[in-house]
Amino acid sequence: MTTVLEPLAPQAPAPSGRRRALRMPGPWTYAALIAVLAGSAFPVYWSLVVSSQTPDSVSSVPPVLVPGGNLFANISRVFDQSDFALAMMNSLIVSGTITLSVVFFSTLAGFAFAKLRFRGRSALMLLVVATQAVPTELGVIPLYMMMSDFGWAGELHAVIVPGLVTAFGVFFMRQYFERAVPDELLEAGRMDGCSSLRLYWHVVLPAARPAAAVLGLFTFMQAWNDFFWPLVVLTPENPTVQTALNTLASGYTTDYTLVLTAATIGTVPVLAVFLLFGRQIVGGIMQGALKG
Amino acid sequence: MKTDWRERRHRWDTRYAPYAYIAPYFLLFAVFGLFPLLYTAWVSLQDRNLLDGDAATFIGVDNYVQLLTADPYFWNAMGNTLSLWLLTTVPQILFALGIAQLLNRRLRGRTFFRMGVLLPNITSVAAVTIIFAQLFGRDFGLINWVLELFGAGRIDWQAGTGSSHTAIAAMVVWRWTGYHALIFLASMQAIPTSVYEAARLDGATSWQQFWRITVPMLRPQIIFSTVIATAGNMRLLAEPLLFNPGAGAATGGSDRQFQTAALYLYEQGFAKFDFGYASAIAWLLLIATVAITGLSYLAARRIRTD
Repeated sequence: MTTVLEPLAPQAPAPSGRRRALRMPGPWTYAALIAVLAGSAFPVYWSLVVSSQTPDSVSSVPPVLVPGGNLFANISRVFDQSDFALAMMNSLIVSGTITLSVVFFSTLAGFAFAKLRFRGRSALMLLVVATQAVPTELGVIPLYMMMSDFGWAGELHAVIVPGLVTAFGVFFMRQYFERAVPDELLEAGRMDGCSSLRLYWHVVLPAARPAAAVLGLFTFMQAWNDFFWPLVVLTPENPTVQTALNTLASGYTTDYTLVLTAATIGTVPVLAVFLLFGRQIVGGIMQGALKG
Repeated sequence: MKTDWRERRHRWDTRYAPYAYIAPYFLLFAVFGLFPLLYTAWVSLQDRNLLDGDAATFIGVDNYVQLLTADPYFWNAMGNTLSLWLLTTVPQILFALGIAQLLNRRLRGRTFFRMGVLLPNITSVAAVTIIFAQLFGRDFGLINWVLELFGAGRIDWQAGTGSSHTAIAAMVVWRWTGYHALIFLASMQAIPTSVYEAARLDGATSWQQFWRITVPMLRPQIIFSTVIATAGNMRLLAEPLLFNPGAGAATGGSDRQFQTAALYLYEQGFAKFDFGYASAIAWLLLIATVAITGLSYLAARRIRTD
């Protein structure tokens, strides 16, 4: 049984002597798993239920547990009463730019680490991996001071620029190139006198597509969900979805229907990505490659 | 002439171009990651408040002395951090082991179940916390309604230390268990069945097989998950902040009953703009995180592999 890893290099099938004869699941296994799934999905479902009800049904006893017909009325209320359209647009710009940039720079660096020879290559790769363990979040105070000095505080590039390339992305692409792109493919190009940059553009990048797609999906979801740094450096007047949710929830009197509708809207893009490509994302995590 | 130029370009390409390709990451990390973190140490030795203008006075270790000897809020926040770390990390790993064990069967709809357990992990921490805060609401929260249904009393989840920590831990555990379960599942699938067959012949029950074979075989992944989870759970900020959103959100409850160290840093830094003091908190939290991560690494390593 292979795991769901289509986009990545196929794993060698287990030698037949060690073939896993998995236990057949009984009804109790399914019952337990369905209970787990219900628990996983319930908060998201609940958010949808509240988003589709009238504001006063939030306080009804017993609580309403099925969706009502007010979803679109609530959605337009969110867009009328808050800057949510701007927030969605900002989040799209931030996540889109970060995703493209991370994929570009990570494939470039991953290609260099996997396929080019240069002095200090393995030491530098180790350094990249090691930097992942550095809790840079704790440097938030000077980072904020820097952004103020640059005049970037409150601007989207304060959120975008620090995320333009990640250690994880470099490592992830390097692993993929090592496993899945044979040297022969590059040799042909070298024979023709291609420079490394042309080689990257015409051979490596097309070959990287499956893994680059997984990296892109993952980066997009992370950038979309990022909360702490945007909260610190952006203002309520120029929010991302996540900081707009904070502003909405912090109102003097909280309209739960409004807030949860906004939460639902803000979850739709990542949920869509997940439903379409969940298989690949699950595969990436099970390879131990993706870090949450 | 032409060949000379070509030669030079080729030499540049093989010798220096690779460094240019990997440079962006190192540059970005140095400027926006490492430098701010190190500079935090310098700021922590200053009396520096944004509200007093940009003046900074060097005061040595005064901020640290104040924090460690005369600031009950700091110790309160540290205590809450440790309590939440324990309440999130341990259940997360145990539930993940159980779920992985359930998933490690010849299931129909395998991908469906795997995606299902991962679903919480892709939701945003802000959205999740807002949803959970509503579920844990005192007056109209669903959880209190269920408790009442079963004859138990309503709980004011935000009011108490234990109850608020339980609610916050529930959010974190909900969001992260599935992710760790998939990591465990991947390595469970690599355990050869012959090991289990031998144990079965020796009369080991499935419960014994789980604890004596599966768990020891998963030791590297359990260590990995424990370390990752610890590093994240020592820095919880969004959950306590959004559990009680509003004007006083940064205090983590009216009595600071769920203010974590990261939230205290946020309060000092971005509600009071006391950058020097907040930086000292950052370094103490960094040290505490390294210490606790080391401890949990040692604890996870003690899993027997006989």
